[in-house]
Parts: sequence; structure tokens; C-alpha cells
Amino acid sequence: MTAAVVCKDLAKQYTKGREVVPVLTGINLSIDTGDFLALMGPSGSGKTTLLNLIGGLDVPSGGEIIVAGDSLAGMNSSALAKWRSEHVGFIFQFYNLLPVLNAQRNVELPLLLTKLSRKQRQANAATALEIVGLADRAKHKPGELSGGQQQRVAIARALVADPDLLVCDEPTGDLDRETADEILELLQVLNREHGKTVIMVTHDPRAAEFARRTLHMDKGKLVSAQEAVA
Amino acid sequence: MNLLGLLWANMFRKRVRTNLTLLSVAVAFLLFVLLQAVATAFEGGADVAGADRLVVGSKYSQIENLPYSQRQQILGVEGVEAITHSSWFGGNYQDPKNFFAKFPVEPLSYFDIYREFQLQPADALERFAQQRTAVVVDVALAQRFGWEIGDVIPIIGTIYSKADGDRLWEFELVGTFSENGEASSFPLFLMHYEYFNESIAFGKDQVGNWTVRISDPERAGEIAQQIDALFENSADPTRTATEDENNRQFARQLGDMGFITSMIMAAVFFTIILLTGNTMSQALRERIPELAVLKTLGFKDSTVLCLILGEAVALCMLGGAIGAGLAALIGPGLAGAVEGFFGRFEVTWVGVVSAIGLSGLIGLVIGIIPALSAQRLAIVDALRK
Repeated sequence: MTAAVVCKDLAKQYTKGREVVPVLTGINLSIDTGDFLALMGPSGSGKTTLLNLIGGLDVPSGGEIIVAGDSLAGMNSSALAKWRSEHVGFIFQFYNLLPVLNAQRNVELPLLLTKLSRKQRQANAATALEIVGLADRAKHKPGELSGGQQQRVAIARALVADPDLLVCDEPTGDLDRETADEILELLQVLNREHGKTVIMVTHDPRAAEFARRTLHMDKGKLVSAQEAVA
Repeated sequence: MNLLGLLWANMFRKRVRTNLTLLSVAVAFLLFVLLQAVATAFEGGADVAGADRLVVGSKYSQIENLPYSQRQQILGVEGVEAITHSSWFGGNYQDPKNFFAKFPVEPLSYFDIYREFQLQPADALERFAQQRTAVVVDVALAQRFGWEIGDVIPIIGTIYSKADGDRLWEFELVGTFSENGEASSFPLFLMHYEYFNESIAFGKDQVGNWTVRISDPERAGEIAQQIDALFENSADPTRTATEDENNRQFARQLGDMGFITSMIMAAVFFTIILLTGNTMSQALRERIPELAVLKTLGFKDSTVLCLILGEAVALCMLGGAIGAGLAALIGPGLAGAVEGFFGRFEVTWVGVVSAIGLSGLIGLVIGIIPALSAQRLAIVDALRK
């Protein structure tokens, strides 16, 4: 199986005034294509930072990161934006839908960057909404949908450009247990039936159970499950 | 949906705020187009004057009169072919709002010099010359007030009363005139000078200014100097200029309209830039996480910049188009209302198009800082907000 994500000695640090704050150090990681990985760890352990680096939202301070066969380290902001639009779908804790657009148009957003015709964009958005079970809510704005429905729209938006990788930052963090399970089952379907590689940051061990495997982080490093418990 | 659809949806995300902003921009550009028409109207009168005529007025002020005795001396200047005169009468017809210029003139010499005026009916000039209480008026004035030949028109004197103190002047309409077949941009009410001069209580044997026709327009400057030299050391020195220049001086006495309108508009646009700029900045602050999402989805920094800049430009241009369109709609109505105060008041396509262009420019000024801020947003930081 080919690696969807490879991190070699990955590091990230921030500068606050004169102080250098290391957030990630020496991350070595390989995620296979078609994997469903849960990243767990306490707040401030660096999970979201790692996810941001894998998703091309941030650039590393050191090391190498290769995603979908592309090395991200040398890309400028414009190239990274294009790369993200083609390879990564993002799902956030708070859905991050545009309130002025209805579900159909929110899902259509990533396709505005493609050369698809208007008709084709609409058709693709409709298909994505159908996959997440919200075809009948296409004309509703986010404010008219429940939290679970909004997250489904966000998943449809992440799917619509057919990316290789789905990165999910606490996708069930704002949902009740029952709805959270529905969303996690949907991610499982996307992983198993549509072949998407899924990387999910979560605090919730029950959510992590839906993944194929779980990695733990603490203080900017990957640690074993035993170390994490300790 | 396309990027324009996204821009439009974002522009109207807060309908009340956007509509109020649109309203303020629209009012600013309504003012802009109308004031531009006013400024053009003030200058417009200057352009229609012929170069073969000179106007001799008081050196000190356009409201100073000149003695009638100057007539023969001016006529004696080489190159002066004909002379006539006019004076400012003032006075109101029914209501001070019914403003139009009223001049006592010498009928025959006046229409000899102003040959572009065609009188109707055919015997109008003859009757005007013979009947001392007769008046002839611009056809536009007659239409405006529904006057017909034979009507008696009462004017209340505001400057001049009759020798017995009576301020009521009554005139009989004997003819109308048009300027080369068209109503004049500065419609006149012309009364008989002799009747005026004999009736007034003060200021007899004076005229407001002289108009002379010269034989050679090329010698206009030289002839003007000769006329002024005649009266240089008299009690009534003159200043002679082309009609064109005289009209400009008249407009300048009211004020430099170009400067005044520019100052008003500068103040209005400065306020609009501050208000709309503040609104745009506020709108941007509210949307920082959304802009971060757009970038996350793959929108380039430059695309986000264009979206924000485009929103500001579209907002201002829409407001500008509404304001300019309103001005074009109400302009003709206003032209009727202000007729007679100054030259032809007309909202032109050039005014409308320049307003829309200027609104786009203001949109760029307003949008550039928020757009640059949006372009520079770091996704990771912005998503946390």
C-alpha cells in the first residue's frame, strides 16, 4: 500500500517576542492510502498543528512532509492553495459554512476554482449532498439546519472536489452522541466505500474507535498508547 | 453560482447595513451629478455669446449703472457699428420664486444687435417700438406662465418704483422671441426703456451696460481699450469685454461655482469614504473565519483580495449608478424649476458616466485596505477567531 502522508523529522515552532515555542518536534509518521487515523492527545499536544501541516494550511519549521506524493515544504502560498483545492477536504468542529449561502452553494464553493461548467458544478454538489443524505435540504441555509446537518453539508463540501485526503479537526466536538455517531459512521463509509484517507483529530476515545488506528500525541511528539495513558 | 454570485451574496449579508450604505452613496452621487449640472449651467451661458459683440459695463461692479450720455462717445469709436443697452430691472411676477431676468431695452437697436432672436408675430417689433408699455418675452417664458399676446402682465418692482411711489408695473405682451428657433437658456423679459426711464423715481438716464457690435472681431481687444480709455478719468469708468468674458464675470460675482461645487463634493466624498470604509472594515472583521475557510478550500490570497475589493467597488458603483440614475430622472424636472436662474441646466450622460466611474474609484480607495488585510490573513490564526 502506498503512503498518503509521510512526515520526516517534522518540526514546528512559533516565536512569541524573543521566545521560541516548540510545538512539534521530531515527528516521523507514515499514513497509508485508505487509512482512517485518529490523532488523540491532550489540549496543546500539537494535534491540530500536525493536522494543519498535513493539510497544507501551515508550513513546517523543519523536516519534510509529503502528502499525496507532493512535498509541501517548498510550495509558496499560491501553490499550496491550488494543491489543497485538488488534494484535501477539510472538516471542522464548528462546520465553518458560509451563512449567506444555502447548502447547495456551500458545497459548490470548492468547485468555483475548477474549470467545470455551472451545470456540472451543480450536479457534483447535488451528488455530494446525496452521499451525505441531505439532498432534500439543498436550498436551506446553514441557519436553517441542525448541527448534525450542518456537519453533513461540511462533509459534502469536503468531498465534492473528490480529494484523496479528508482532514477532520474534532468533527464531532460540537455534536450530541447520537449525531456524532452518525457523522463518524459517514466518515467510515467514505473511508471504506469511497477509499478516502481520513485523518481525524479528536479528544473522544469513542470517536477514535471508528478509526482503523489511533496515534497519540503529547508535548509535540508522537507517543505510544501506554505513554499517553501515563 | 460563480465568484460574482459569491461576491453579491456577501455584499448583502446584512441587508439593512448594505442598503443604508447604498443610500448614502447614492445620495452623494445624486448631489454630485446635480451640482455638476449647476456648475456647467453657470459656464454654459458664456459659450453661446458671439465674439463680434462687446459689453461695456462699469469698471467697479456689474451693479453700477452707467450714464446714458456715454452712448454717442462710444458710437464714435472707430470700429463700433451699432450700440444698444440693457439694465437690470429686478421685480417679481406674482411670486419671488417666479424668477426671470427683466431688462428695459431700446427695442430697435436691441434686436438689431441681437439678430439671433426672431420675433413673432411679424408686427411684434413694430408694436414693441411704438407702444411704451409693451413687452416681448422669450417663448419659453410665455409657455411657462401661459401668457398670450395681448395679456397684461403685472410686475412688482423690487428695485424701481414709479415716480408716484407705485411699485406696480403693468405691461402688455406684444410678441415672443426665440433664439435661432429654440427657447433661450436664459429667458428674458424685455420692456421698453423709454417707459421705464420716464417712470422711475430715481436713476434716470442711466443704463446697466452697453452692448456694441464691432466691424472686426479681430480688433475686439483694441476697440475695448479705446472705449475704456474714453472714460478712464471720468466719474463712470468702464470695463469692456467680450460677451463671453462678461458672462463669466457675472457668474464670478455669484461665486466660483466650480470651486464651490468641488469643495462641497470633496466634503461629501470624504465623509462617504470614512463611513463606507468603516462599514467595509467592520464587515471584514465579522468574516475573518469565513475568509480563512475560503483560503482553506483553495482560494488564493489574490482571489480573496479581489473578492473584497470587488465587493467595495460593486457597492460604491451600485450606489453611484442609483444616485446618477436618480439625477438623470429628476434632472429634467429640476431644469424647469430653476429655469431663469442661470443657463441651461442639464444632466448629461457624461455627468452620469463620470459619476459611476468616480464611484468605482472611491470603491477602490475604500476597499484596498480591507482587501489587503484579507489577502494577508494567515489561515491558521484566522480560523481560531
